[in-house]
Amino acid sequence: MILARVVGSVVATRKDPRLEGKKLLILKPIGPDGKDEAGYVVSVDTVSAGFRETVIAVSGSSARMAEGCKDTPVDCTIVGIVDTVNLDT
Amino acid sequence: MYLGRVVGCVVATMKDRNLLGQRLLIVQPLSPQLEPTGKRQVCADCTGAGAGELVYWCKGKEASFPFLPAEVPTDSTIVGIVDSVDL
Repeated sequence: MILARVVGSVVATRKDPRLEGKKLLILKPIGPDGKDEAGYVVSVDTVSAGFRETVIAVSGSSARMAEGCKDTPVDCTIVGIVDTVNLDT
Repeated sequence: MYLGRVVGCVVATMKDRNLLGQRLLIVQPLSPQLEPTGKRQVCADCTGAGAGELVYWCKGKEASFPFLPAEVPTDSTIVGIVDSVDL
């Protein structure tokens, strides 16, 4: 699972019927220290995350195990909204 | 499976129903020489690993298998606590 920050959303009218009603958000992966990491990823949102929130995203086939994503064509899903990250120093 | 060290934890109140009760730990992947290598990961935990502990963890769909029959949506899970590494 990766930590990421919500930086935008995607609107798609023509899409797989199984994706209808699912919110698509653009995520910027971040490290535990909050620093940006390379790349972006489009992710399905199952926990009602909002703009600029830090979230946990699960990728690969495990993304389909999130609630409401069974048998849907997704490979990245937001499964949690992060309250705090504790790092041992 | 990969070696790693637990370096922190993540708290999330709002999360997938199947993740409720799971501990989410931050793991720094390690080389066999126990040097940090690669990006830190958020992992679920099925072993009760604690802070600073040397663990091994797995990636991918298999990461959700320790929790069967519950379908926990995780793609990286700590599956063992390392006692020693011999090279």
